[in-house]
Amino acid sequence: MGSAPSMLTQYDIEDVQEYSYNLFSQQEIVSLYERFCQLDRNAKGFISADEFLSVPEFAVNPLSQRLLKMVDGLNFKDFVAFLSAFSSKASIQQKIELIFKVYDLDNKGKVTFNDILEVLRDLTGSFMTEKQREVYFSVVYVPFGFPLSSK
Amino acid sequence: MSQLNSTSSEMDLDRPNIEEYLPSEAIQESNEKLHLRDLLDISPTLTEAAGAIIDDTFTRCFKSNPPEPWNWNIYLFPLWCLGVVIRYGILFPARVLILTIGWIIFLSSFIPVHFLLKRHDTWRKKIERYLVELICSFFVASWTGVVKYHGPRPSMRPKQVFVANHTSMIDFIILEQMTAFAVIMQKHPGWVGLLQSTILESVGCIWFNRTEAKDREIVARKLREHIQGVDNNPLLIFPEGTCVNNHYTVMFKKGAFELGCTVCPIAIKYNKIFVDAFWNSKKQSFTMHLLRLMTSWAVVCDVWYLEPQNLRPGETPIEFAERVRNIISVRAGLKKVPWDGYLKYFRPSPKHTERKQQSFAESLLRRMEEKGK
Repeated sequence: MGSAPSMLTQYDIEDVQEYSYNLFSQQEIVSLYERFCQLDRNAKGFISADEFLSVPEFAVNPLSQRLLKMVDGLNFKDFVAFLSAFSSKASIQQKIELIFKVYDLDNKGKVTFNDILEVLRDLTGSFMTEKQREVYFSVVYVPFGFPLSSK
Repeated sequence: MSQLNSTSSEMDLDRPNIEEYLPSEAIQESNEKLHLRDLLDISPTLTEAAGAIIDDTFTRCFKSNPPEPWNWNIYLFPLWCLGVVIRYGILFPARVLILTIGWIIFLSSFIPVHFLLKRHDTWRKKIERYLVELICSFFVASWTGVVKYHGPRPSMRPKQVFVANHTSMIDFIILEQMTAFAVIMQKHPGWVGLLQSTILESVGCIWFNRTEAKDREIVARKLREHIQGVDNNPLLIFPEGTCVNNHYTVMFKKGAFELGCTVCPIAIKYNKIFVDAFWNSKKQSFTMHLLRLMTSWAVVCDVWYLEPQNLRPGETPIEFAERVRNIISVRAGLKKVPWDGYLKYFRPSPKHTERKQQSFAESLLRRMEEKGK
């Protein structure tokens, strides 16, 4: 357990709340702060990749490496903003934006076939051959025929 | 537009125990045609990951809740101050005195007996056993330990091991004051290590090293040798392999359950009102932990000696371990968690991830085949 939650002032909570599109209640932000302090072992103000990976449920997730690139080194404000996309009150737009960012890891503004194949690779591991993945991709994608790009 | 799964990010860290193993399916099965959304919608996996970041059953096992302060009132505060004065000024020195007396008595009897009675082994062992039980009683007295023992006391017989849930190294001291067990422990540095190599050797102890890969086989062999010996002290094992916060139990290691002997479970539950006896070895050294215990009012706990269990026909050692863990958890009111305690020190093995990948890949391939028909 790191610093006590009472280190958060009302001003801090409102600031974080606003930054995360008012998707969390103040109590939820306090709880998130407790969790943040619990994961951030030496109270450095951010959670390192190693500390994320010490949560076994996260480490066994097939997309953990992709997510790590997005959450590594986030301070509390950004941490809450990242998690706000998972709130039931978040808009569909926000959720799609998050999924887009997971695919477009190198932030080029568009999702290429390669990105989609890479995510598929992460999800299926060695249990699907490269050929099978390409077949699956073509079966699903071909009927549509439009390129994906950022909005 | 694609339909996306949405979840509420549930912040309640004290929500009812989930008791669920990791969900093995990451995608819903449907018999419809394959859509583009099936390819692109990774939200179930992402939601699982976010859920793990927010709260997970593993870190909960090692969370030590700081006690709620109750001294926030104008008349409660002076009471609390008085309590601090009594605890640090009166109780603590008295306890240190008791402990010192105990050590003096112990060492002045143990050292002569150990060297002088080298020839008369049975006598020597009997006296040493008694002395170890004595020094443990002194330890327990030094924290004003109020320990209630339930159930029949262990008897010295070959081909039996004792297993207990693990909260702190003091578990060992509390159990040892009633019966001189031999124990299997991690070698510690500092004064604890010194005690381990001198005094505990006399009751018969086995050392292991978590970081050694080959260690398990060596230790298994030593265990087997120990329980065969008629004259050896009964063996106490903590199958969790690490200290847990006395609200949960992590998975038991099967080492103790594949020795082919009777397993006698012991359940230990501490009462947190007086002091939280969980030793968070990442946060405190054992010395600090002991000092904290000695400056608290009391250590209150219950110890239950439960009915000896044997491997049932057709049961694997892992099932046996789970069955005994269930018995102990029910008795002590602890919740079970499906994690290996060693995940505190090591990363989970890749085969868990592989299992998820496999089920996902198989469901995709299956649907592709159906579409092809």
